[in-house]
Amino acid sequence: MRAVLVRVALVGVVTLAGGGCRRDMQDAPRYDPYEVSTFFKDGRASRHLVAGTVARGQLHEDAAIYTGKSADGFVSALPFPLTHAVLDRGHERYDIYCSPCHDRVGTGAGMIVQRGYKPPPSLHEERLRKLPLGYFFDVMTNGFGVMPGYAPQVPEDDRWAIAAYIRALQRSQHASVDDVPPADRGALDAPAPGAPSGVKEAGHGAS
Amino acid sequence: MPQVFHRSTNTFSRVSIFGALFFIAAATYGLALINRSAYVTQAGVARAQPIQFSHRHHAGELGIDCRYCHTSVERTASAGVPPTQTCMNCHAQIWVDSPVLEPVRASYRTDTSIRWTRVHDLPDYVYFDHSIHVQKGVGCATCHGRVDQMNLTWQESSLQMEWCLDCHRNPERYVRPRAEVFDMAWEPPANQLDLGRELMRTYKIQRLTDCYTCHR
Repeated sequence: MRAVLVRVALVGVVTLAGGGCRRDMQDAPRYDPYEVSTFFKDGRASRHLVAGTVARGQLHEDAAIYTGKSADGFVSALPFPLTHAVLDRGHERYDIYCSPCHDRVGTGAGMIVQRGYKPPPSLHEERLRKLPLGYFFDVMTNGFGVMPGYAPQVPEDDRWAIAAYIRALQRSQHASVDDVPPADRGALDAPAPGAPSGVKEAGHGAS
Repeated sequence: MPQVFHRSTNTFSRVSIFGALFFIAAATYGLALINRSAYVTQAGVARAQPIQFSHRHHAGELGIDCRYCHTSVERTASAGVPPTQTCMNCHAQIWVDSPVLEPVRASYRTDTSIRWTRVHDLPDYVYFDHSIHVQKGVGCATCHGRVDQMNLTWQESSLQMEWCLDCHRNPERYVRPRAEVFDMAWEPPANQLDLGRELMRTYKIQRLTDCYTCHR
């Protein structure tokens, strides 16, 4: 009888103790991104890589791709073939990361500049039009003057795509009739879209 | 033998039998309502933050693209909370004396993280990935609402499983062209169902309703 009582008591104690170990499944014993850590002194669960870490495929052997510079100075060509897709990508990334200051056509009157940031030079200045692509890649990577570097926000291939798009923007502001394929020149005489023609233009901008 | 109860109590018994059924149904319905209410889901409740950051100002009034700060939303599960450096890209020169921004500057000076209050927190047994939703044409605003009109940010949707399943069962009602994913003001066209079915073919969108799609 006594042994039975001891067993019942033991089961009860183990059950109660086990109940104390309750863990809600919605909060698993792992860290979410950016979660507060009590283990690390700085309280960050998301850790910086240990200095000198090289991930597989990220040895960056070809310095020109990651710095925009070679032994002869800034490189002047893209490290990959220029395609329409690259320009479209550069266009999209330029609008996201550059247009807040440089504005969408590159004259340097973006919204943040209108709010008081020091204005950047126009990308269409003679000096900037003559600089090689690698220069723009370098400025995007490391910053220049008051412009911060964008390497943490924009990966290398996107920075190159943006550099290509900047060149396209520059050419767009200094294009001549010779740049238009002969077959398309007839279209130049057509009235520009949005030109006053008596037809009311459909508004589609943000109000 | 005399009857224990008077004839009039028959009515009481009939009403109470029906009443019990009615009471159970009403209680079930009431509990279901409570479980979907903002009191439980916290949907629509703006969270207090260490800094009064306004998406309305940054994304709405200034027109900064979502991806300027949430850089990894197209590539990884987490959309990415910007590091203090991203704030300082502009605020190194703008509003430099503002007391509102002192916690940002302090974070930058001392290399300590700003402890934002998390707004969207799914249970850990759900595996959610932003990148695949963005790639398949689910707009930011479809789940997050008009963040570009929120001052302090709140969770727009319930984040309950029936809410997820509504779209996983009927993607054609919600998907949009990839180019419009980050356009907060995009409205579904009148022929959304046709467009949605077309996009489901183009983007190879499946009706993913297996448990293991999200729970694994």
